[in-house]
Amino acid sequence: MIFDPVFIRLKALFLDLCARFFPEWVVMLASIVISAVVILVMGPVIMMYLTLLERKLLGRIQNRYGPNRVGIWGLLQPVADGIKMFIKEDIVPAHADKIIHLLAPVVTVVPSLMVFLVVPFGNGMTAVNLNIGILYFVAISSITTIPIFMGSWASRNKFSVLGGMRAAAQMISYEAPMTLAIVPVIMASQTLATATIVESQGGGFGMNWFIFTPWGLLGFIIYFFCAIAECNRPPFDLPEAESELIAGFHTEYSGMKFALFYMAEYMNAFTLSAIAVTLFLGGWQGPFLPSWIWFFGKTFLLVCVMIWFRGTFLRFRVDHLMGFAWKFLLPLSLINILIAGLWFLTPAIAAWALTAGLVVASFFVFVKLNKTFVPEKRTYVLAD
Amino acid sequence: MSGAGCGKEYGKFVKKSVPFFGWGVLCGLWVTLKNFITSYFRKPDEGGIFTVQYPEECLPDFEASRNFPFLVYDETPEKPRCVACGICERECPVKCIHVLMAKDENGKPLRRPAAFDIDYSLCMNCGNCEEVCPFNSIFMDHEHKIAAYDRKDLMRPMQKLLKSNSYFHSIRPRDAEAIDRAIKEAAEKKKAAVPAKPAPSPEAPKS
Ligand code: SF4
Ligand code: SF4
Repeated sequence: MIFDPVFIRLKALFLDLCARFFPEWVVMLASIVISAVVILVMGPVIMMYLTLLERKLLGRIQNRYGPNRVGIWGLLQPVADGIKMFIKEDIVPAHADKIIHLLAPVVTVVPSLMVFLVVPFGNGMTAVNLNIGILYFVAISSITTIPIFMGSWASRNKFSVLGGMRAAAQMISYEAPMTLAIVPVIMASQTLATATIVESQGGGFGMNWFIFTPWGLLGFIIYFFCAIAECNRPPFDLPEAESELIAGFHTEYSGMKFALFYMAEYMNAFTLSAIAVTLFLGGWQGPFLPSWIWFFGKTFLLVCVMIWFRGTFLRFRVDHLMGFAWKFLLPLSLINILIAGLWFLTPAIAAWALTAGLVVASFFVFVKLNKTFVPEKRTYVLAD
Repeated sequence: MSGAGCGKEYGKFVKKSVPFFGWGVLCGLWVTLKNFITSYFRKPDEGGIFTVQYPEECLPDFEASRNFPFLVYDETPEKPRCVACGICERECPVKCIHVLMAKDENGKPLRRPAAFDIDYSLCMNCGNCEEVCPFNSIFMDHEHKIAAYDRKDLMRPMQKLLKSNSYFHSIRPRDAEAIDRAIKEAAEKKKAAVPAKPAPSPEAPKS
């Protein structure tokens, strides 16, 4: 692969150039700044174009064109939206907690940008290869609950507070099965570092992805549902359910503050998909093409699936949402850990049969257990 | 159209059987995926995208549509059909027509308008003027892109209102045909009966 390490080479070239003229600490600083700048630019740019992608795909699903006026194929639409957001009036409610109202959108963006640090964009293209990468990701991504709740509480609006409450309940509930769904992957790859997890899925033309095992498939499905719930996307968009709560936690936000909430949401959608790809879809592994093309291809595919879900599904009811997390996904993810354990203890063919059987069986058992009780229809016999 | 088709299809899927939990969800996904893909190559009437990209393309013009009135002339704009009788001015519900009869130097009326203004910003496109005009002179136009920055620009003087009969034929061929025939018949009838007065009868049949 000639094109594979092209970005790494570029950076090395630049650093070499720096080393000729500057002392060592400048080179180190430059190395950090380059990675930081790349991530800080990539996050918002990805977010801008995800909004366009989403509007285009949703439009097609609903027999519309989507934005196509600004630039060819509407490619400059995100820029126009950005300008519009910047020049909008910033309204703060009279009785709002001004400082927290201002802080909340800022704080929301930070964790979603921080997650980019451990995402392996390609072979050797992880910004920081933390040895606790996945733990870091779980910890950071669960912080997003706090700024959302801050924003909802500070705006002193009943719809905001309802949205914030829902956000807190939903995100904490979905945190549990999500983390448990990751456990089998950690068991399989014996590491918490994201780059090493991807490397352990190599072999067999780089197609030895965890999703091609029964526990991997189940884990991926659980993780993906939880990821959609984590970033408040439909059909789990209860915190901002516009038909019930106006706009949920960002009801009282306008202008750039609102845009920051949006940015966080889309960057979360991207990073959660990226981590799903890292954990289950083999990250940058894949035959023939350069690693970063594989990575971005898979990630955007998952983002498209999220958009597809949005174009298809209705919003959950609150109690169904919580029941789905606690009564269905959580036990399934626990069973999945057991299944993954059995997979490693039994020899190859038997493992396939045993684990696949167990996955299917546990799925049907939990569906059966979750059946809602429908009382028999009563018929009244009236006396004639 | 496509919506109804999708619904029927979805019903067919679900009613047949529900093999496992989540089957309905998968059926829904299939419907949206199919709609997404077919939106790229289906024609509008087969359930594809039917948005009309307005400024570049328009919906086909249909004959019976109407908006603002214009005046018809036969050969040259100097000879309009209008005889400045003022009936439309009187009948217009919002009084947006202003007609002034031309007079020669002796003060004798000349049976043609000296001024004929319509304020398009007031006109409510009712079509009363077309209906009451006994001389088949004023008709409703199809021109709809008349937006202006100033109200004054919507004031139409006679020069702007006058349009040729062939233009009338091009936008409303059936009506124009009928009216031309009616005018010809009236003229022939007048020729047959020895004319007492040279002017056409004000009660000429409309169509
Ligand atoms: S269309 Fe109606 S409102 Fe407009 S000029 Fe004719 S009579 Fe008046
Ligand atoms: S009714 Fe007809 S002829 Fe009379 S002034 Fe109006 S347009 Fe002219």
